[in-house]
Amino acid sequence: MSKKINITINGVVYEVEPGLTILEAAQNAGINIPTLCYHKDLCVAGNCRVCVVEIAGQKRLAASCATPCQENMEVLTNTLKVRNSRKHIIELLLSEHNADCTKCYKNGNCELQELAAEYKIMSQDLIDLVPYKDYTIDMFSPSIIKDDSRCIRCQRCVRTCAELQGVNALTVAYKGDKMKISTFFENSMNDVVCTTCGQCVNHCPTGALIEKNYIEDAWEAISDPEKHVIVQTAPAVRVGLGEEMGFEPGESVTGKMVAALKNLGFDSVLDTDFTADLTIMEEGTELLTRLKKALVDKDINIKLPMATSCSPGWIKYIEHMYPEYLGNLSTCKSPQQMFGALAKTYYAKARKLDPDKIVSVSVMPCTAKKFEANRPEMHDSGYRDVDIVLTTRELAIMIKQAGIDFRKLPEKKFDRLMGDSSGAAVIFGATGGVMEAALRTAYEIVTGREVPFDNLDILPVRGLEGVREASIKIEKPLENWAFLDGVELKCAVAHGLVNAKKVMDAVKEKKADYHFIEIMACPGGCLGGGGQPIPTNPEIREKRTKAIYEEDKNLSIRKSHENPEVIKIYKDFLGEPLGKKSHELLHTKYVARNRY
Amino acid sequence: MATTYNLKRADFIFRNENDWEKILNRTLQRDKTELINELISSELKGRGGAGFPTGLKWKLASESKVQEKFIICNADEGEPGTFKDREILTKVPFKVLSSMAICAYIIGAKQGIIYLRGEYRFLKPDLEKTISEFEYYCNEINFDFKIKIFMGSGAYICGEETALFESMEGKRGEPRNKPPFPTNAGYMDKPTVINNVETLAHTFTIFKYGATKFYDLGVQFSRGTKLFSVSGDTPKPGIYELELGMSLQDFVDEFGDGDTKAVQVGGASGFLVPRKRFGETAIGFRGKLTGISLPTGGSMMLFNSSRSMFNVLDNYLEFFREESCGQCTPCRVGCQQLLIGIKAVKQGSKPASYLDKLLKLTETMQYTAKCGLGQSVANSFSSIVENFREEMIY
Repeated sequence: MSKKINITINGVVYEVEPGLTILEAAQNAGINIPTLCYHKDLCVAGNCRVCVVEIAGQKRLAASCATPCQENMEVLTNTLKVRNSRKHIIELLLSEHNADCTKCYKNGNCELQELAAEYKIMSQDLIDLVPYKDYTIDMFSPSIIKDDSRCIRCQRCVRTCAELQGVNALTVAYKGDKMKISTFFENSMNDVVCTTCGQCVNHCPTGALIEKNYIEDAWEAISDPEKHVIVQTAPAVRVGLGEEMGFEPGESVTGKMVAALKNLGFDSVLDTDFTADLTIMEEGTELLTRLKKALVDKDINIKLPMATSCSPGWIKYIEHMYPEYLGNLSTCKSPQQMFGALAKTYYAKARKLDPDKIVSVSVMPCTAKKFEANRPEMHDSGYRDVDIVLTTRELAIMIKQAGIDFRKLPEKKFDRLMGDSSGAAVIFGATGGVMEAALRTAYEIVTGREVPFDNLDILPVRGLEGVREASIKIEKPLENWAFLDGVELKCAVAHGLVNAKKVMDAVKEKKADYHFIEIMACPGGCLGGGGQPIPTNPEIREKRTKAIYEEDKNLSIRKSHENPEVIKIYKDFLGEPLGKKSHELLHTKYVARNRY
Repeated sequence: MATTYNLKRADFIFRNENDWEKILNRTLQRDKTELINELISSELKGRGGAGFPTGLKWKLASESKVQEKFIICNADEGEPGTFKDREILTKVPFKVLSSMAICAYIIGAKQGIIYLRGEYRFLKPDLEKTISEFEYYCNEINFDFKIKIFMGSGAYICGEETALFESMEGKRGEPRNKPPFPTNAGYMDKPTVINNVETLAHTFTIFKYGATKFYDLGVQFSRGTKLFSVSGDTPKPGIYELELGMSLQDFVDEFGDGDTKAVQVGGASGFLVPRKRFGETAIGFRGKLTGISLPTGGSMMLFNSSRSMFNVLDNYLEFFREESCGQCTPCRVGCQQLLIGIKAVKQGSKPASYLDKLLKLTETMQYTAKCGLGQSVANSFSSIVENFREEMIY
């Protein structure tokens, strides 16, 4: 352990770990220093300069986020010079910013607005630069709106796209007064490698990057007496929504969420978890079929490792970056799209509804789901399978608009028929969850026994490390699966596309011989999705993760193949996993896309 | 007390005695510590404008235990009104290359890089020829050292050393946070000495004649000679080597056209000195003559009474508005505000008192901007606005 160092902040001496920045030392000491370009998920940029502090003996102020503590350093965080400078900087940012706050989607959840309020920027001495600018708004993406007039050039989105996602769709262009955040050849976000994951939206301090919202469409559908409006909610929504409603991160609000959705006027409140279980049935069977064809039939056309296909950001990423590996993707649709296809077929039939009159709404922790629902492939029911995709944030807005006292809501249960779920489905919301759920089912199909882990908790695939590997040795399989005897099933789990790249490169360079890989586009998996409440950071994601596994633990059914509704749908409608009906409704194909 | 220093011409830099091989060979035989001490005792300060002690820089880099190090010659000469480095690289390139080799020997580098300003592409073919001759000689004396040229792309900010590294690494030319400083983590995060072309030419002089000879020139805190790029309203524009410490009055007497109203010392990022201050202003790093002392990268722009100082400032601010890298708030937005602000005052849409608000703004820029560019916009702005306020308004 290296020696601690002494630093004085506002006259008080603190002993801090070497390497800590002034900002971190101050935060640890409970002293607030305003920040804008700083984000716990990202590397230090030091470019907004709003975190400046005074260091004794130096004429210039230092950016506290970018200045390491040094022995005997004397820091002052609240001098006249510091305050005036910060105020000046906020004023400068406002002068370049379309500060028409009442017309901004982020009104009320904007870090610049908060700082302006804190520093009481009451008048604008400086000249408004907005009329001199040629700002554009990019609305072409089905998921994300990019409004340059709200941008403060903190580059959090650029660093997110590069460091967390390795996509680099957003980058800095030009210099000086023309400097802006742009894309390849200044194309629309819809025409570049953007995966629509929405992590930039989650990390943007202002309203420069926001989701394309479909709140009014949802209200309109609900208010139309001709329409039967059903809603599905993804596993990660229930552990995020609470944050928007004033709960602490990590509080699961499943029952209240269901009650709120019923209050909003949805005709049926159902659960994406149901199709998550179904995904496991299809995907698990697909994996075993692939293994059989590869190992027994020696079919060279079978692609291994098989990769999960639940995360639409990941799908778009692989379509752009590794199109030669599209054959490795599971052909299973994501749970959202399976749900959509079944809603206008199975559900419509069972409820004796005209599918034309059904409006299928989903609430997702994700902006890429908007893109996914919009894909031309997703019309297998004969209609657009999912009509409206809302993020967790949009749902929160609707609940607030409806005047619902969320805290006081009684807990309610999902409606039946596509409303039941197992614990295996709930953990889809966390990185490693699909893997764990698939192993719980596949292992049991093959051996007739439960996975050899305490309480079914497959701990090696859990956690928040970027890439995790695990293997399960198959012993004494059932007769049908005898060829798997002694086979060590090798798995990898990655979250955040920058980690997906690591796994894919290892596969490409033949450095890894995985059988099955799970990839989620967002850090932490869906619980850290681009449609989840803002802010996000490692601690918040950890709390949401805990909540997810807690939900799983408390459910009586924890294996997908034991979900009674899943058993029922195969009996009544689908036949068997990978059967004809499944192929028609639950599976899809992918398209190769260019990098530019 | 004040001594009057006259303008003294010198001729070291461009005196070419074609003895670089001898000097280089001789110096490479000497003890490294002794060389560093010699350089330190010469009190040579960086000639790019910032004036960091060169000997100390080399010493810091030499102390690093990291294997791979670099010596970079900053030839991204972009300060408006500066054109001396081009001349050095054309006329006496061997001096620069030899100094790079000596530095490499001292700090333990094997690779030297010349970052050549994009607009100086025409120098490249000749310089490459010279480099290959030079490398041939190094090879002959068994000194393992290579030099390559990296072409800039025309951004002023890339003359800032850390932005220069970023540019060389293939990234956007944006200044880095400091610390770490280049001698710890520079190009490719390796210890790097980065010196201006002229600085390297001076180190050759020092290793040729000894530190004393250099130290004896100039004045206290501002030792040695300096190249000046003289332009503007002068009958004799050009490049002149002068001893540091002269008074601006002496300079104007020599180079003015008899009607000099003001001199911009140090280019757009430097200071404007009005006529009434010529006598009390010395050209050097520190130490008072009777008034102020101005460091400079060597640009001296003379303005006579036909010039509008509003236009001069307007021109500088337009330059900064465009050449700011754009990453930090005070510089990016500050430059825009200053430019639009002085126009607004001139046109009467803002009151004259708005100039004081802008002066306050330059103070904030000076305190908070990330790099020297944003910090030094205040120099020309405040010195022009304070001295020629009426020209800003009417």
